[in-house]
This record gives sequence, structure tokens and C-alpha cells, in this order.
Amino acid sequence: MATVLSSTSSTVLLDKPLQLDSGQALDRVTIAYETYGELAPDKSNAILVHHALTGDQHVASPHPITGKPGWWDRMIGRGKPIDTDRFFVICANVIGSCMGSTGPASDAADGGRYGMRFPVITIRDMVRAQVALLDALGIGQLHAVVGGSMGGMQALSLAANFPERAARVLAIATTPRHSAQNIAFHEVGRQAIMADPNWQGGDYYDSGNTPDKGLAVARMAAHITYLSEAGLTGKFGRRLQDREAKSFGFDADFQVESYLRYQGLAFTDRFDANSYLYITRAMDYFDLAEEHGGRLADAFAGTPARFCVVSFDTDWLYPTAESRAIVHALNAVAAPVSFVELSAPYGHDSFLLEVPSLDRVVTGFLNG
Amino acid sequence: MAELRPDLAVIAKHVAPGSRALDVGCGDGELMAVLRDKQGVDARGMEIDPEAVERCVARGLSVIQGDADRDLADYPDDAFDYAILSQTLQTAARPDLMLEQLLRVGRRAFVSFPNFAHWRMRAFLLWHGRMPVTRHLPVSWYETQNIHHVTVTDFDKLLADKGVKTERSWFFSGERELSAAGANWRAEYAVYLLSR
Repeated sequence: MATVLSSTSSTVLLDKPLQLDSGQALDRVTIAYETYGELAPDKSNAILVHHALTGDQHVASPHPITGKPGWWDRMIGRGKPIDTDRFFVICANVIGSCMGSTGPASDAADGGRYGMRFPVITIRDMVRAQVALLDALGIGQLHAVVGGSMGGMQALSLAANFPERAARVLAIATTPRHSAQNIAFHEVGRQAIMADPNWQGGDYYDSGNTPDKGLAVARMAAHITYLSEAGLTGKFGRRLQDREAKSFGFDADFQVESYLRYQGLAFTDRFDANSYLYITRAMDYFDLAEEHGGRLADAFAGTPARFCVVSFDTDWLYPTAESRAIVHALNAVAAPVSFVELSAPYGHDSFLLEVPSLDRVVTGFLNG
Repeated sequence: MAELRPDLAVIAKHVAPGSRALDVGCGDGELMAVLRDKQGVDARGMEIDPEAVERCVARGLSVIQGDADRDLADYPDDAFDYAILSQTLQTAARPDLMLEQLLRVGRRAFVSFPNFAHWRMRAFLLWHGRMPVTRHLPVSWYETQNIHHVTVTDFDKLLADKGVKTERSWFFSGERELSAAGANWRAEYAVYLLSR
């Protein structure tokens, strides 16, 4: 039987308003985070793990709502690639999310929920909040920042905006900017949520009706982008769901339909629709070069960190070319960088799944 | 640490301590590790095989998975004091263009290659009338990666045509270093230090 990794759940209330890229400030910001392992007396062994769009701080401990293992349980723990016997691992819920950190479902100063009054945030704002958490924990320089997908965007943003805070930067299955295609898929999801009558302009919290149908459709569309075509074909093909023949109706005839419906529905149990709007917006606004005068290399000028960039050959959401753009920029400023495109069949989701070569790269980079 | 291959040992010995070097086709990073650990060289690598890149990362080396034919273009001019290409020139799609890239990203370049005019090659071709298979070129013609075989004399001609300066050259038969005299007959492989 697997032993549950011991973790500490905490929250911190920032003592100063968080200044945001929009020009607004967010007051009374709470950050919910988990830690694993022991912080060394000299505080040199901390690794900050950034989660992805619908992830949360429960990176290696059971999810409080679903009871499922942490989303990166296979990567973090005793004797695992991010070894909690050696490292003090921190994972914080991003602002805008709904698992304890301040987001649109939180109470505003007037006592009502923020809803759409919550300010639009950016990836850099999420990073600012986590740097404030590091300050609160008294951690100066991290041994490493690690993230996949949106987590990778945060890792890159931290390296670019707070270069002294991380000695190593591990960015997996990510991109230096959201492409038109990335934005387009997110817009489908947002429109699905906002078209749900239960959305009510975002003020649904006290109405007893939540926009679950819209949120489920958003998740279904996004979920397709996380998988490879070969992966979907291998898993479902054209097989029918619990029936011998097509129904000549609009029931979930195909297994893939049934699977997506289930994924969409299950997602609404654990995620807030407004958070989905805000976080996808933050991702769409992400363009690291734009923040630094239009030249990606300038984002990393003078960086003291070592970098490792990993892509997957079947990831069409953030394809290898995006990782190469990051590597190109790092080369231009002579930053020490490693890059590898790993072969895995699972598409974008490969970073979360059983890919032994990723384990070896993570282990090697963090210990090298 | 295992002994370096003789051409790599020559290169390691002549890279200035504390300099910046790019090892193109760095394999498992043996040369890079020696350069880093013994000479304080800021060594970077490029390697096409992802598993070899993994092993390099695990040694704490900075290596980019890439195809030298294509990805050398991504480095800025003068990015390195040395660009190193060992036993790889003959696999390039266009060795002449690769040479240009090496001397663009590096102020100097080390290039080593097997000499196709070695007497054993000539004898093999003469006696058997078949493409030579030897200890330095052990793979049959149809599956070899060596698509542009080159001789010492050919290489000298290319350097002259390109106006590239040879700062030094070394010639080997097995482990033994040879004089430059008759190298095109006697050398199994050659190492050149080049500059623009």
C-alpha cells in the first residue's frame, strides 16, 4: 500500500496590496499553499512547483474534493525525481483560482463575492503573489522553480521578472506566448460559460444555480487539446459506448463522447466557472517578449539561472517549436540551457503521465 | 573517468582554460565534462539523440537537442571561443556550410574527421572494388551516416577555397600521433584547429 506523503496545508494573508499589471491593486490577498519535506536551516533546498490552468496546490497529496492523488504525485515524494527527503517543495494555488487563494469566488471588501468585479490578472501577477509568499517564508533564492504548461509560463515569468529568486528553471511543455490557436480554444470555452443562462453575468454564487453546462463544455473543448490524435484513436477509436449499434440519435453513441461528457461534468464538481474565465484570460495575455520590449531574449538578459526546457513530440497545444523559441532566446543571452524533446504518446498531458524519460531529465537537472 | 578518444584528448588539451566552447554532436558529454571539470571551460553542447541529451543533463551539462545541420543557425555570431565538431563533419548535409556556421558561432573551430584516403581504404577499394569497411568506418555504405567522405587533401582544399586559416593540425593512426608528412596516406583521422 502506498503511504500518503505528509504535507502541510497553510494560508498566508499578504500584508500589502498586490499591484497588478492592469494597474489595479488587489487588497487582502490570501495564498493557499502546500509544503512537503523539510526546509534546510540555510533555506537553500526549496523548490517552487507552479500548477497548470485547472491544477491546485495539492501537487502530491490527495485532492480535498475528489480524494484523488495529487496531480504530480508520480513526480514528487520520497525517492521520486523531486525528492522530498532532500528538497522542501512548495506549491501555491494561483490567485484567480478557487482552491483557497483569492479569486473571483472570494469575498470582496463589501462582503459580497467578487464575481466579475475581480480584476483581470496576468501570469506575472500570479508570480508576484508567489514571490510574496516566498518573502513571507523568508526564502531568498530557490533551488529551482518547476512547472508544466501554465506552470511553465510562471516559471519563465519568475526567471524573467525575479531573476535572483531561482538558481534553476525547469519549464516543461510550455510556451513563451499564447498563439492565436491557443487563444481561440480558450475563447470557445469562455463563450460556452458565458452563454450558460446560469452564469448570470458571473453573479451566480448565491443563486443556487451554477453554470455547470457551460463550464463542462469549456472543459471538453480544452481536454481535446491536451491529448494527441493518436492517443484518442488508441483509447477510443470509433468504438460505441455500451451499445451494439448507432442509436440514430444524439445520445453519447461513441465512447469518446461519453468520456468527454464525463470529464466535463466531473470538472464542475471541483472548479469555479469564473476562475476558469480569469485564468484562461491570464494565459491568453501571456507574451513574455511583449513584456520585455518585444524581444524574448531581453526577458532573460543577465539571468544567473540554469535552464532546462522540455517538450513532447505529440504536444500540439504547445509544440516543440515554442520550446525552441525559448531556447533560442536563452542562447542569445548565453544562458546555460538544456533542451530535450521527449517522445511520449499522450500529447500535452504527457508532462503529467507515465513518461520515464521525463523523470530522468528532472532528476538529472535538479541534482546536476 | 575513462580515457578520452585521442582526437578528443588533443582538443581537450588545446582549449584555453576558462573559455567558452560549444561541442557540436557532443554525445554523452565526455569531452564537455573534461573541459568543465579540468579546465573550467563554460562548455555547451548540441546533440541529436534525445537519450544522449538526457545523460548529459544528468551530468549537469547544458546540452540542447538539435540537428547541427539546421540548429547551429540559432546561435548568435561569436557566441563561443571554440566550436568543436568531432567525427561529425562527414555526416553533415553540407559540410562546407557547417564549417561556415562553426566559424560564425565560434571564433575558432576544432574539426576532426576520418581520412578516407588512408592507405587501408585505398587498398580495400583497389583489391576488393568495394566501399571500405574499417575499424574507423565500420558501417556498410548503405546504412552509414557518413554521407560525405572526405580526405585530408580534400579538407585542405576546402579550407583554402573558403579562406579559412589552419592554426594547427594533428594526424593519427590508431592511438599514435603522426607527423604531417604523407598524412593523406598515413593518417586514419585528423584534427584541425581553424580560425577565420
